[in-house]
Amino acid sequence: MSRYEIRIGGFGGQGIVTMAVVIGESSSLFDKKYVVQTQSYGPEARGGASKSEIVISDEEIDYPKVIAPDVFIAMSRAAYLEYVHGLKENGVLIIDSDLVNVESELPQGVRVYRVPATRIADQEVRSKQTTNVVMMGAFAAITKAISIDGLRHQMEERWPKFVKINHLALELGIKAGEKALAGES
Amino acid sequence: MPRREIFTMGDIACAEGAISAGCRYFGGYPITPATEIAEWMAVRMPEVGGAFVQYEDEIASITSALGASWAGTKAMTATSGPGASLMMESVGLAVMTETPVVIVNIMRGGPSTGQPTRGQQGDVFQAKWGSHGDYQIIGLTPASVQEMFDLTVRAFNLSERYRVPVFVLADEVVGHMREKLVIPDEKDLKLVDRKMPTVDPSDYLPFKPGDDLVPPMALLGTKYQFYATGLTHDERGYPTDSDEVQIELITRLSEKVLRHVYDIIDVEKYMLDDADIAIVAYGTPSRSARKAIKDARAEGINVGMLRLKSVWPFPEKIVSELGSQVRHIIVPEQNMGQIYYMVRAFAAPTPIHLMTKPAGTPQLPDEILQKIKEVHSL
Repeated sequence: MSRYEIRIGGFGGQGIVTMAVVIGESSSLFDKKYVVQTQSYGPEARGGASKSEIVISDEEIDYPKVIAPDVFIAMSRAAYLEYVHGLKENGVLIIDSDLVNVESELPQGVRVYRVPATRIADQEVRSKQTTNVVMMGAFAAITKAISIDGLRHQMEERWPKFVKINHLALELGIKAGEKALAGES
Repeated sequence: MPRREIFTMGDIACAEGAISAGCRYFGGYPITPATEIAEWMAVRMPEVGGAFVQYEDEIASITSALGASWAGTKAMTATSGPGASLMMESVGLAVMTETPVVIVNIMRGGPSTGQPTRGQQGDVFQAKWGSHGDYQIIGLTPASVQEMFDLTVRAFNLSERYRVPVFVLADEVVGHMREKLVIPDEKDLKLVDRKMPTVDPSDYLPFKPGDDLVPPMALLGTKYQFYATGLTHDERGYPTDSDEVQIELITRLSEKVLRHVYDIIDVEKYMLDDADIAIVAYGTPSRSARKAIKDARAEGINVGMLRLKSVWPFPEKIVSELGSQVRHIIVPEQNMGQIYYMVRAFAAPTPIHLMTKPAGTPQLPDEILQKIKEVHSL
């Protein structure tokens, strides 16, 4: 895999950074790729803009931040509006479909996948805190950029007390991702 | 502990580097983007039999680290911009009392409160000249998570070896980025401990240097008696207003660093052999430059980089030689130009081109590539 770039945008509190860290850990330690994960956020603890980035490669990574993402996961309208134009041509846009609408011209060839991650976490997993785990599952299923085994492993390491609920969230996310793939728009 | 691999951030790699180097005291005050170092040390210090203390401010933090060092414990503090400003007076105290200490500055946007969550390289000159008077310190500039570990270990070794404060100067991106970190087996780490006196206590002169200009350091609570003061002092440690002693002391404090530049200076030469354009960079902009160099070489431009892993003492001779090797030098910095002036001082009359960026996002690889092309066409 040559340089592959992922950007995740949303609000502080949605687990935007944590999601990138788990994806990064999984890709680096389990999939044995070169990975750099970075983030930017405002001074607020919650509610401010939050952005995280992951660069994955088979070679050592020079510039550590995203230049033009292959994948953009939008978890808030504000993040969508700010970053959607940076998406690479023929890139992948994954949106939380209850929070974000495609409301502007997209870069050429962009494929859009709609995943109601917050709703699935709230109604099916019964824990909104798992929204980011649902989204990780969907991301892995849609892009295949990281291994699902790696994600599972890393989540168990990181949250040993919440293995069951996170596995459920991940499985539901994978399903939602597969569904979005099938009904690609 | 045996070799371990973790995926972690630069700040935590720095803390782990300190622990591996033998640091057992951390005094600090949390400040973005260096807070994670304090948080990690708060958890880890008790685990390894060390002490973590959060103080009321950065002045107390650094002076506590100096005290710990005098008691024989390797000590560190970590801060960012405003905190580094508060520490400056005691940097001079550390220099004057020849106290080994490691000071980490995860540089954020300044001046003043600036942009706490965004990075910059604005404190590089402050580290060198922020305290009053003439002196030398050592400043290391990591560019990756692994280097945050490796260069923190090195910072401790150098500070013990030369009894001088050593700065680890990382921009926020390096402090907060996550990458894989390999923590070597402790058996594979080369650690340096300060030289201790061997003479009879009645013959001990606390500031009488050895041939390397570094005096052996007695510790508080041992049979050796001494007096350490920020006042100009003679070999006995007694204050004096003599011209002669002042000149001798100030000269030695500088010379003990400058005479050992061959041991201290650390640079990486990247694709420089056939280069006629060179980039001089450190920290995150050096990573942008690396990509720009690959892209420019793909277009047939012979460009390379001198990457500074240490900026103080400045690699005068290496930069001067670089100046005679290449036609042009480009210096991208995440500030208004600091190391640029040092490069200019030593590489002249070779034209030096500054790329400033006093903001959180470093120069993009494409921006540096454009500059390379522009300079190439001159």
